[in-house]
Amino acid sequence: MMREKSGGWLLAASLGNLLFLYLPIAVLVVYSFNAAKLATTWQGFSLQWYAALARDHALMVALQNSVLIAGVSTVIAMVLGVSAAVGLERLPRRQRAWLDGALLLPLVIPEIMMGVALLLFFVLVKMPLGLLTVTIGHAAFNVPVVMVVVRARLRKLDPHLEEAARDLGATPWQAFRRVTLPLLMPAIVGAALLAVTVSLDDFVVTFFTAGPGATTLPLKVYSMIKTGISPEINALSAILVLVSMGLVGLSLLIQRKTVHG
Amino acid sequence: MANRFFQSALLLGAALCAAVASFACQSQSEPSSTTLYYFTWSDYVGPELLESFERQTGVKVVVDTFSSNEELLAKLQSGASGYDVTVPSDFMVSVMMKQGLLAELDPARIPNARQLVRGLEKLPVDPEHRYSVPYLWGTVGIGYDSSVIPTPPDSWAVLWDERYKGRISMLNDQREVFGAVLRSMGQSMNTRDPAIIEQAKARLLRQKPLVKTYSSDHFDQLLASGDVVLAHGWGGPVARAMALKPSIKYVVPKEGATIWADCLVVPKTSRNKELAMQFINYLLDPEVAARTSERLLFASANREAKALVKAGVRDNPAVYPDEATLGHLEWMVDVGDALRLYDRAWTELKMK
Amino acid sequence: MTGSRTSTSPAAAGLAAWLLAPSLVWMGLFCILPLSIVFLISVASRGTYGGVEWTFTLANYRDLVDPLYLYIYARSFALALATTGLCLGLGFPLAYYIARAPARWQGIWLMLVLIPFWTNFLVRTYAWMNVLRADGLLNTILIGTGVVAGPIEMLYSDAAVLIGLVYGYLPFMVLPLYVAVERIDRSLIEAARDLSASGWAVFTRVIVPLAKPGIVAGCLLVFIPSLGAYITPDLLGGARSMMIGNFIQHEYLVVRDWPLGSAASFVLMAIVLAGLWQYQRTGGMKP
Repeated sequence: MMREKSGGWLLAASLGNLLFLYLPIAVLVVYSFNAAKLATTWQGFSLQWYAALARDHALMVALQNSVLIAGVSTVIAMVLGVSAAVGLERLPRRQRAWLDGALLLPLVIPEIMMGVALLLFFVLVKMPLGLLTVTIGHAAFNVPVVMVVVRARLRKLDPHLEEAARDLGATPWQAFRRVTLPLLMPAIVGAALLAVTVSLDDFVVTFFTAGPGATTLPLKVYSMIKTGISPEINALSAILVLVSMGLVGLSLLIQRKTVHG
Repeated sequence: MANRFFQSALLLGAALCAAVASFACQSQSEPSSTTLYYFTWSDYVGPELLESFERQTGVKVVVDTFSSNEELLAKLQSGASGYDVTVPSDFMVSVMMKQGLLAELDPARIPNARQLVRGLEKLPVDPEHRYSVPYLWGTVGIGYDSSVIPTPPDSWAVLWDERYKGRISMLNDQREVFGAVLRSMGQSMNTRDPAIIEQAKARLLRQKPLVKTYSSDHFDQLLASGDVVLAHGWGGPVARAMALKPSIKYVVPKEGATIWADCLVVPKTSRNKELAMQFINYLLDPEVAARTSERLLFASANREAKALVKAGVRDNPAVYPDEATLGHLEWMVDVGDALRLYDRAWTELKMK
Repeated sequence: MTGSRTSTSPAAAGLAAWLLAPSLVWMGLFCILPLSIVFLISVASRGTYGGVEWTFTLANYRDLVDPLYLYIYARSFALALATTGLCLGLGFPLAYYIARAPARWQGIWLMLVLIPFWTNFLVRTYAWMNVLRADGLLNTILIGTGVVAGPIEMLYSDAAVLIGLVYGYLPFMVLPLYVAVERIDRSLIEAARDLSASGWAVFTRVIVPLAKPGIVAGCLLVFIPSLGAYITPDLLGGARSMMIGNFIQHEYLVVRDWPLGSAASFVLMAIVLAGLWQYQRTGGMKP
């Protein structure tokens, strides 16, 4: 009765949201087949940008760098962020406020300030710029992202569950691993996905912390501004979307099999 | 539970990452004897030309990119090192020189630099080319759609013409925009006079309702699509728009406009200065320069290169300005503390 | 209730310390320390050619107290607030739907929400420009279906900037919301319904309070970054007005006045942190 009605409305709103999210993506994909170089006019169907993409070694390397950095920095941010979130919850509110501020800082400051600050720091300690420094920067600004998402879930967990486990003889680590962690799983996965997304798209901090040979995809794309953004990027984006969706579909299939198989 | 799905998704994602990463390691160079690090705008040297250099010299060239002069400066200023050759615009070269960021060049190693286009031989910035060598150059002017504006405009005033309200775009660059209005007032674009800057600001405020957008990076698309019929911009992007819409033409107003040049420099922190200069010499080789000029639609600074460039590109005034225009052009120079006046005026322009 | 746990036991405090140590070290080194350098810059002066001259001065902060700059701050705050509100309005139904979907589908939905954001931001923004242009997709549809007679000028306006910002930050709202809503005990909702509460009452008096941590998290992750946005206002707004993000970029890069840019950044940071602290104090964060 009311369940179904609100259900229908919710589904419509959700599909509407998806439509909103994919509208520019659809435009990108369509224009990746546009024979014209400038995106505002349509000049016929063509696969030339895909061909150009296959030949563009530099773009591929940039993509690889982006993926590598996103993966590693997210892992670091997850470890740091989850442990910090869990640790913070166990503190009395007073102490929590200060540490909260400290750990949430990257979120609050403009990116360019973070980028310049990190660069100055790396130069000061004479650390050579490169993939490593970019990864460090990414991990740093993703820690608050992870923390915020994980704590949104952590706050709703019943503290007595862990206590109960301890009373039944579990060590603190066991209680954490078998009681809290599974309950946190959606938050952990959500945080990881969000952190990867933030890292893949970052320009400013990456630019200032990147060294020779550490060009990422955003750096490469933004630098095309003076010479005209090549529609190769549309082709690349279309492929990225396709591959990601393929990943999703594949996971779904695997999961189905392990459940039923 | 959703756990299974997440686990499998994570595993697949990790596998994908690993595959990509291992591919990256393979494709990244075996450490060759030397590597040259070139920090530049995208596409400033074509892959086939790079490969040719690599084959000739046995050196690996790694290209990294930036998206604005200012970012380049901020990075070098903060102490970033490791780049051997980079390409700031003339204006930025002067700033870098003053901050001691550039290494001196040895003319003996860059013979191709002697064949510079007349007019580029003595940049106000670095007249003896001790620190920089011009590479690509051009003008700033107005791109217009001749099918909408049949009489070719010849003055900056056309950008204030009410008939084209909402179909005008200006660069999103404080010095360039002020440069245009100052020239239209008969003033130098490098003035430091507060009163004149105020007047310029007033004119720009009057123009603002006519301006659709301030854009430095996609006005070529706006021209080609017909969203604007008048675009303040560099010749190269207008030339790109011309390829899509033949009715588009380019004019450098008679009151004068900016002449710009992107210059090759060697940062002081480079570890391979001789190799860097060898590379610069290579980029200025007439054949190499001609191919670059054709691809980017910017004029090459090498005098001999022009003859080797395709006729279509060579005769395009948006790319290679003609003799008559050269007389009206002005170089943009650092205005020192007066920059604050421009800055304030620009902020006010944006906020009104 | 969560909140202050029984942390009086030394074992618990010790454990908390261990858990916090790695992140504190990391952030101390790669965030606090670098920022301290920038703070020092904000009380220094601009060198003649744009470098930093280490003469102590508070002039930068004083200079910011100017109606022009205050207007920029105010306008940016208003825009960021609107963005957050819209993201909340749009994102909540989506998050709720995903949280209520069968477990197997939740992951897929989340991925679907995030996949668009694995394409490049600049390219996505250009795509939006194509959609909103006078002869772009949206206008073509509106005219084709007869909703409007002529094209609407949608691009280069505050509305376009809002659309761009909401688009860019929607996932940052959806994910934390999903994470919190998924945890809500369905029996509570059913109980409310059994007590013949209307849909709206169930929403406002059961769901929203229980989803509060997620709402707060989402609002933080949207509001703060959208304050510093500069590309979206430039591209979709036609660079016709300046946001605080544009201003800070401008000071750092164009004017090369790092002290002023740093001061402006710290002012921004201070305002946001003050707001957060105030919210914390009034117990706002408690579920």
